[in-house]
Amino acid sequence: MSGDVTIHLDGVPRRVPAGVTLAAALCNLEHLAFRRDLGGGPRAPLCGMGTCFECRLSVDGVAGTRACLIEVHEGMRVELTR
Amino acid sequence: MRRRRHDVVVVGAGPAGLSAAATAASMGRSVLLLDQAPRPGGQIWRHRAGASLPARARHLLDRVRESGAVHAVATVVDAPAPDTLMVDFGGRVDLVHTAAVVLATGAVERLLPFPGWTLPGVTGVGGLQALLKGGLQVRGRRIVLAGTGPLLYPVAASLATAGARVLAVLEQAPFSAVAKFGTRALRDPHRFVDAVRWRATAWRSAWHHDAWVVRAEGGERLEAVTISVGGRERRIACDWLGAAAGLVPRTELARLLGCALEGEAIAVDATQATSIPGIWAAGECTGVKGDAAAVLEGEIAGATAAGDGGGMASRHAVARGQGIAFGRQLADTFALQPALRTRVTPEAMLCRCEDVRVGAIDPAWTARQAKLWTRVGMGVCQGTVCGVACTALYGWEPPQVRPPLAAPPLAAWARWLTDVDSPTES
Repeated sequence: MSGDVTIHLDGVPRRVPAGVTLAAALCNLEHLAFRRDLGGGPRAPLCGMGTCFECRLSVDGVAGTRACLIEVHEGMRVELTR
Repeated sequence: MRRRRHDVVVVGAGPAGLSAAATAASMGRSVLLLDQAPRPGGQIWRHRAGASLPARARHLLDRVRESGAVHAVATVVDAPAPDTLMVDFGGRVDLVHTAAVVLATGAVERLLPFPGWTLPGVTGVGGLQALLKGGLQVRGRRIVLAGTGPLLYPVAASLATAGARVLAVLEQAPFSAVAKFGTRALRDPHRFVDAVRWRATAWRSAWHHDAWVVRAEGGERLEAVTISVGGRERRIACDWLGAAAGLVPRTELARLLGCALEGEAIAVDATQATSIPGIWAAGECTGVKGDAAAVLEGEIAGATAAGDGGGMASRHAVARGQGIAFGRQLADTFALQPALRTRVTPEAMLCRCEDVRVGAIDPAWTARQAKLWTRVGMGVCQGTVCGVACTALYGWEPPQVRPPLAAPPLAAWARWLTDVDSPTES
């Protein structure tokens, strides 16, 4: 694995290491509120393996994408679920 | 929509699925191996590109590559018939026809609610390891692990190796039970050496038995946990908490297909055949018993599904029985203490998808009443998380499984509806 890639987090470019999952990349950036529950509380990855759906967000326009199941790529557009 | 046809479809690319796929393909069958994860290996051998894997994992992955089995990153959406699976291949939904299905769907963590468990920074035990393998940076981070069973050892060790400060490792089972289990494990030198190595790697951590998390605290993220050790409570400031109550077989697809269960696991016979003709199952989804047993069962299931007439099953009968016996020992040793159920408070979140708190549920209700009145288990995870919790807390049957098992993006459905039925390919 070599170098970094740029992902766009709610429109803001961020450099992250290539080859990591989007879930890990966001945690490493301290973006821990992947989505908000009905009471406005933050939610973040729980199971890490695609079953709990807590890490779902919009990736490249596809809503409900599980961040733990995909790796970051150059130019990835991520919208946190609100 | 496109139709594909394969002799054998294996669902799940962990130790059991890899083994089944390699075995069936080496017997000349066309094999499709499906898994949601970007790379094969399952949870135990989850890895990033270029990461090092244990020799037996590399060997098995090589066997699959050489066997000609086709591996696809895909999710089974529905099973309209036992010989037909509707599969989402990364946004394209196809029908896959097959004479034989091998379910190797593994296990999920039993995640039981406790106050504060929705805070970012609280994950499963294996969940934290999965994030670590996915590239989570933990150097210098303060971590508490709370769970049960052998999984705590490798997870503590891998976190420590990555530079985390693993402050405490809590095993809910009492010391007496674990000691008895350890004495038996001495008979298996490989398991013993692994356990000693992992424990030595995490030597700085405080290891406790009869111990669990009472609650997690924080604002926008986890800040501290209150733990109970032998009945005495203590507060520990930390950044991450990995908490679970062991593993539970993953059976959604099996239940959708109508396969009978035995307890929480898919019921299988000595050839790994389920109650539905044409469907076999192997590995943790038939009962949690470790990766060695999973590889063996995968080999049996792959061979029977490829039509060997049970030869492989007879050759491996003794070893298969030993695996099952080990699984029973695991279940007995790490049976859940009642306190893991009674620690829930009315404010604790039960259904994380639908925001249903424990206090909203009357334990006297049936699962159906609870669903109708609170929407518990009706969210996007389909009750995968809270269904297991409800079984533990209220004794309810697992929720009924309905398609889609995981909803593909809308665009995929649109294509499904508008595409002409194109010719079969395999």
